Amino acid sequence: MTLLSVENLRVTFDTETGPVQAVRGVSFSLGRERLGIVGESGSGKTMTGRSVLRLIRPPGRIEADAMVFDGQDLMRLPEPQMRALRGRRIAMVMQDPKFSLNPVMKVGAQLTEGLRQRDRMSAKEARTKALAALEAVQIRDPERVMEAWPHELSGGMGQRVMIAMMLIPEPDLLIADEPTSALDVTVQAEVLSILDNLVKTRGMGLIFISHDLRLVSRFCDRVLVMYKGRVVEELAARDLMQARHPYTQGLLNCLPRIGGPRTPLPALDRSAAWAKE
Amino acid sequence: MTHGAFPMTPFLKQTGKTLFSLALTFLGLLIVTFIIARVVPVDPVTAILGERATGEQIAEMRAKLGLDDPIWKQFGIYLWDVIHFDLGTSIRTREPVLEEVGRYFPATLELSTLATIFGVLFGVPAGVLGATRPGSVFDQFTRLFGLIGYSVPVFWLSLIGLLLFYGQLGWVGGPGRLDSMYDMMYDMKVPAVTHMILIDTALAGEWDMWRNAVSHIILPAGILAWLSMAYISRMTRSFMMNEMGQEYITTARVKGMPEGRVIWVHGLRNTMVPLITVIALSYAYLLEGAVLTETIFAWPGLGRYITDALLIGDMPAVLGGTIVVGAVYIGLNMLSDILYRLADPRAR
Repeated sequence: MTLLSVENLRVTFDTETGPVQAVRGVSFSLGRERLGIVGESGSGKTMTGRSVLRLIRPPGRIEADAMVFDGQDLMRLPEPQMRALRGRRIAMVMQDPKFSLNPVMKVGAQLTEGLRQRDRMSAKEARTKALAALEAVQIRDPERVMEAWPHELSGGMGQRVMIAMMLIPEPDLLIADEPTSALDVTVQAEVLSILDNLVKTRGMGLIFISHDLRLVSRFCDRVLVMYKGRVVEELAARDLMQARHPYTQGLLNCLPRIGGPRTPLPALDRSAAWAKE
Repeated sequence: MTHGAFPMTPFLKQTGKTLFSLALTFLGLLIVTFIIARVVPVDPVTAILGERATGEQIAEMRAKLGLDDPIWKQFGIYLWDVIHFDLGTSIRTREPVLEEVGRYFPATLELSTLATIFGVLFGVPAGVLGATRPGSVFDQFTRLFGLIGYSVPVFWLSLIGLLLFYGQLGWVGGPGRLDSMYDMMYDMKVPAVTHMILIDTALAGEWDMWRNAVSHIILPAGILAWLSMAYISRMTRSFMMNEMGQEYITTARVKGMPEGRVIWVHGLRNTMVPLITVIALSYAYLLEGAVLTETIFAWPGLGRYITDALLIGDMPAVLGGTIVVGAVYIGLNMLSDILYRLADPRAR
């Protein structure tokens, strides 16, 4: 069953030197599965993710032939209806909890904000839900964390709070935009397994954006490889190591291997031709 | 519990540190005013005795004023006097300076406070709206309006304001704090509690007088508020622009929060942190810098008191006024420091 289908998505920024296209005709569809999007910095993966929520800041513009989520075309949805989908049905976890949590608001207030404001829940009920959500992301001392300020949390804790916050309303689709890039490697594994568990048990769709090919191949079902705003290759995650496209192969060749030859890693070959139709 | 152990929260500790640096700053202020008093070409003896005093009289007065003592002793006496709230006696009026300042300063305080309240009330929302709709008609208008308030000399604005609203339209009261009719019966009808007319008349229940005082203060306060609004709205706009680009704003939107909440709760609460200092400084600026406005509106405030004293070489009055202004400045700085820490958990 298709949860989200995107056809010919384009994101354009009108700058003083003319329009710049960050995403140029991306199409994909997604069921209740885990879709990875990989690519270098600037390949348009973050913009693709944020377009689904229609959260591209001006002067950025989103255009698409269709962007259908659960039978509704998001491109034609008025803003209030779109807002009703955000948080409740589509959520997003961003890269660095240091920036994505409001620094002058207590963790508890941020966790319960959605329930209180959006769902008009009582303070007590919201608190119970928030505590349960913190336990679900394996925070040992949820009462204390509720009273903490964001700067008092470690990166891993912050990201778990972020995940808890986004998963409280049990959304159908979660967009995880480099959720572990700002974390230590050991913490990365922890946060990923928490995320993996929750996505599996709740049967959500997941768009996992990353530049880490190995991570994506382990963690996702399907992978889109993006280059300069276009999808150059789409394949099953287990086949990633056998990718045919020269760009994907290039990315794979850049990965260092333990026990591999100690020669300099090859420079990535970036051909302009791949970015064309 | 051991003797003398006192639980120090980080907040208290920080506040203690602030108090210490405050005392140090105040000492610095006293040193500066002391030096100014020695350096200015106004001879205190001549100022008191006049030009035709005999050498004997001059020597006697010098001894009386302690001017023959060594400089460190003079400073010690000065310091002792100031911390005992003795700012000396005005040469012009022969009255204690502190008492006079106590009468003049509330007029300035009343004017600047009102101006700052208006400045914040209009400046902050204007800045926020400008930042969230950059380039809009509203944004352009606020910037132009602010630029005028910022760059046109305040005495010119005051004169034109008086000419238009008082002279032509008659919407507001003229110079002074009250009409002369009310002025004459003021001392009889209104007990001096705070020396701020709006508060004292309200406390006395003299509402006719209160209305008259409002009609007098509204124009000078409005002009100073324009100045303060111009500054506050510009700073709010730039702080807010910065905050609205932060990732936690996106988080709030992802959670499905309405744009109003994103701006006024998430954005503004973070903007308030640097804004506190800006508001405090703009307030302090009005408290010390309203001389021109006070002169044009015949407002018996501290700025005018100091200027008048300076013009006739009444140094005790000038220095006393300066110390009060400095102390207010230091106090506001400390207050903004404390508020800053309350607003930003990272600074505690």
